Amino acid sequence: MSTVATSQIKLTPEHARPRASVRSRLQDALPKIVLAPSFAITIVFVYGFILWTIYLSFTNSKTFPSYAITGSRAYQRLWGWTFDTDPPSSWYTSITNMGIFGFLYIFICLALGLFLAILLDQKIRGEGVLRPIYLYPMALSFIVTGVAWKWFLDPGLGLEQTLHQWGWTSFHFDWIKNKDFVIYTVVIAGVWQASGFIMAMFLAGLRGIDGEIMKAAQIDGATTFQLYRRIVIPLLRPIFLSAFIVLAHLAIKSYDLVVALTSGGPGGSAWLPSNFMYEYTFKRNEMAVGSASAVIMLMTIIAIIVPYLYSELREKPR
Amino acid sequence: MSAVTTPARQASGGVNVKLINRVVIYGLLALFALFYLMPLFVMLVTSFKTMEEIQNGNMLALPQAPTFDPWIKAWSEVCSGLTCVGMKGYFWNSIKMVVPAVIISTLLGALNGYVLTKWRFRGATLVFGLMLFACFIPFQSVLLPMATILGSIGRFGVTLQNATGTSFGLGNSTVNLVFVHVVYGIGFTTLFFRNYYETFPTELVKAAQVDGASFFQIFRRIMLPNSLPIIVVTVIYQFTNIWNDFLFASAYAGSGDVMPMTVALNNVVNTSTGVVEYNVNMAAAMIAALPTLLVYVLAGRYFVRGLMAGAVKG
Repeated sequence: MSTVATSQIKLTPEHARPRASVRSRLQDALPKIVLAPSFAITIVFVYGFILWTIYLSFTNSKTFPSYAITGSRAYQRLWGWTFDTDPPSSWYTSITNMGIFGFLYIFICLALGLFLAILLDQKIRGEGVLRPIYLYPMALSFIVTGVAWKWFLDPGLGLEQTLHQWGWTSFHFDWIKNKDFVIYTVVIAGVWQASGFIMAMFLAGLRGIDGEIMKAAQIDGATTFQLYRRIVIPLLRPIFLSAFIVLAHLAIKSYDLVVALTSGGPGGSAWLPSNFMYEYTFKRNEMAVGSASAVIMLMTIIAIIVPYLYSELREKPR
Repeated sequence: MSAVTTPARQASGGVNVKLINRVVIYGLLALFALFYLMPLFVMLVTSFKTMEEIQNGNMLALPQAPTFDPWIKAWSEVCSGLTCVGMKGYFWNSIKMVVPAVIISTLLGALNGYVLTKWRFRGATLVFGLMLFACFIPFQSVLLPMATILGSIGRFGVTLQNATGTSFGLGNSTVNLVFVHVVYGIGFTTLFFRNYYETFPTELVKAAQVDGASFFQIFRRIMLPNSLPIIVVTVIYQFTNIWNDFLFASAYAGSGDVMPMTVALNNVVNTSTGVVEYNVNMAAAMIAALPTLLVYVLAGRYFVRGLMAGAVKG
């Protein structure tokens, strides 16, 4: 049912058909010509480059790319490192951190976001002031967030010292310098940055719920708690899904925050796979291993995003 | 008869319970507001303190003798690595990168959205799907090939420079970053415009076609004048993303005087020569944060809309 086809029928009476054919054919092709550069760019610089990275992961490229396929050695090394726990290999640390960070970041952001959205939805005076306050961290770069929290959590100058001055001298908080806890400081800063946005998503969802349903439930004697547990939260399911996708995607891509907040942590103890990839590719001259780790990150994202995009694009049949 | 239960419930609940409820809710909301404001507040007050006050005083205390010196130093003297020329150069690097990248990617997004909704063709959904997925890839999976290509382009630029006297911008870091941000930004901009134009009445486009308006005339005279909200959303979204980018910037312009703001800030904070001047670092961080914060304050509504459009709609 293309628009182009209908227009042609209407246009032909005005132009003499044989003469206009070259021009009108060009006109017909114009939309595709306009779209073509963007599409070509995407194919080459996204999909072509992904294939290139996959290719490199099967070579033994070190400092410079080498193009002789040498098999899956890079993956075998990663696989070996996955169980290398004593002392933990960088890869083991990275994926363990990814698990800890991913789980806590997503879970806390969802819980806090929903909680704040429900509180804000209680006909609050001053909502217009509070909402932007919760949300502004999302406008900051991860680097700025990292710098601010690095300062805030610094044992010598930040929170710890402040509480000491206020008289709580036994207070001890050095997570940012402790290799076992540094990843939790990344969680704190990450939650600080993204939870306000998740709140906004839930709030939009809450505002979209039909007030009649709520009223009916209230009339039937449901308590506020029951109302939310049984009716509102189930209705917010699509928002949970979207928020989960956004957060999972942000978590896997997180790179800047670790760099700015912890500089990688003591001995690389705060690394995520993204940091692993960057370090191995550009600093440790293990290009094949770096590429293999990038491929694994990509696969993780694909497993999460593709089913979601597929259902979103299919839901609206034309 | 059900109406009876409501007043009864309220009466039994009493005014006190309701009041306590409200106090608890407002208390919690205020507490969280503090949590979100604290780091910004600390950053701001620290940037106006002297080093002496930072070392002896309380992080949360207001500056006793507010001074602009840290800001001046951050802008024009602070050291990034061994070069001590302040943030101003890097600030302009970012501006020079952001402005063209935002304009080009927004324009391309608008055209793509227009084609994908008003000039549908077979396979349009697939094309869109492929472009959309590109928004979500971890950029680590394209980082290295892009570095290789940019390296080759740079060498070609040098050859051109030797042969003709000008490199036509090939190999220039800012040009490279503009290119990279356009390439990896068009997915999102296309998504924004496509979803917006989807609801735009196709009848208007058809009527214009009947009247003999060409493809570009329709775009310029009909679509663009009606696109102001989505243009604002897209520009803000792209501006924030590109300004805040660190990964591409550190991979392709990670050192020297070509660094954008985010990379320079990270270097400044991690420069370990001499005494660490926290007040100057905080002022530098504030300078890096100000443009996006300003956009947020001036056009917060559009900013949120962009985030939502990027997140919720597929």
